[in-house]
Amino acid sequence: MTDPDAPVAEQTPHETPLAARHAALGARMIEFAGWRMPVQYGSILDEHRAVRERVGLFDLSHMGELMVEGPEAAAGLARALVSDPTSLAIGRAQYSMMCAPDGGIIDDLIVYRLAEDRFLVVANAGNATVVSDALAERLAGSKAILDDQSLATGLVAIQGPRSVDVLAPLTDVDLGALRYYAITDGLVAGIPALVARTGYTGEDGFEMFVDWSRTGELWDALVAGVEDAGGLPVGLGARDTLRLEAGMPLYGNELDRTTTPFDAGLGRVVKLTKAGDFVGRAALERAATDGPKRRLVALVVEGRGIARHGYAIHAGERVSGVVTSGTQSPTLGTPIAMGYVAPADAEPGTVLAIAIRDTLVPARVVELPFYRKRSTT
Amino acid sequence: MTVPTDLRYTRDHEWVRLDGEEAVVGITQYAADQLGDIVFVELPDAGKAVEASRPFGVVESVKAVSDLFAPLTGEVVATNDALAGGPELVNSDPYGEGWMVRLRLADPADLDDLLDAAAYDALVAAG
Repeated sequence: MTDPDAPVAEQTPHETPLAARHAALGARMIEFAGWRMPVQYGSILDEHRAVRERVGLFDLSHMGELMVEGPEAAAGLARALVSDPTSLAIGRAQYSMMCAPDGGIIDDLIVYRLAEDRFLVVANAGNATVVSDALAERLAGSKAILDDQSLATGLVAIQGPRSVDVLAPLTDVDLGALRYYAITDGLVAGIPALVARTGYTGEDGFEMFVDWSRTGELWDALVAGVEDAGGLPVGLGARDTLRLEAGMPLYGNELDRTTTPFDAGLGRVVKLTKAGDFVGRAALERAATDGPKRRLVALVVEGRGIARHGYAIHAGERVSGVVTSGTQSPTLGTPIAMGYVAPADAEPGTVLAIAIRDTLVPARVVELPFYRKRSTT
Repeated sequence: MTVPTDLRYTRDHEWVRLDGEEAVVGITQYAADQLGDIVFVELPDAGKAVEASRPFGVVESVKAVSDLFAPLTGEVVATNDALAGGPELVNSDPYGEGWMVRLRLADPADLDDLLDAAAYDALVAAG
């Protein structure tokens, strides 16, 4: 019998296949979601600007990759997730979520349809095991097999306006034909890869899934091209400021088990019109009818100070909500934040106040995103 | 990294330069490097009394918020207004243009309580 009070051995964090390369680049490493990850190689601001202006290279091998295959893969995923993977064309991707029966978000996901009966589901690192376990349970009885490839798959991304210039000479994939939120297989630097035009920065770019053992080769080929294009390797620090400017939610900040997709302004992800039941349907139908009790808003701080996760948001004398993410926007040069407020306070243009230490600093509700890339030709 | 030998230091990584009865205060290169890109500095108004080892301001990098601790007891006589528009000066020139406050010391002899450059260097080297 185990002693419930016995000390639990400290879990050693996972290392990505690129750990030695990060060390050689002088990266500052942190533990994130059970992984040792680079937070920055040099300056977070320089890395952020490299992605906005040129190109950046990311190690995302901590993400969870779940393969779902079988004649009932599409139908099984449609029951397990809130989106409708049955409507997804082969070679296309959709943003999705897995919810609990009460409508709370277990994780936000990207679902790629690789073939009629084969899907890749990408989960956040911190939720990969929970999602994998829940998917296995929800697919039980379906003619669909779940294969958790998280520890066998490396993931490297290049993001930024020069991404095509860097990747094109290295791949046989026709990048011009690969649309946003599309995926195809091909060779990158001679390495078999799934190449997706997706990302988490608000810029054009690609995510490349490769065998764990060949991730280093892929990185080496890309890092040379990225440096030639004036780009940089980019850590989790700039990944966070980039996604926040782009208005993209982060699980654990904007999304969690107590939040529904409707609270987060992501009700469009929930396909209540799809055929058949899915986990969370009843609760999410009620949420859609009743309307959210709080709403996710974007805020630009108009006084001095930076809003941070956990700071209270005031509307006059009343506490309206709380900041979920905040930083100094490297692109806008002003402090920006996302947070939940009462629905009455959520209209763009509303001036609220954020409690920054001892001071209530004015902040204006604005439309998301804070930053939108210039349209490409 | 060289630690200027003409300054005194605290264990909280502030430096102090004695200038008559007054002391100029900033954070060390080591502290600035550890924080990373500094994007906001909050300093007390002139006239405010500060007490040794007590927080008197805040410095924020992209990722984190950190308190500034007063190295000595005294009264703020000036702050570096340039940091409002250029907080990156703390990264680029922490011992010069990136200075933070000028204090009138309650007792200049308190300076002897602070570390000299060799002792601070050893503190940083020890991690």
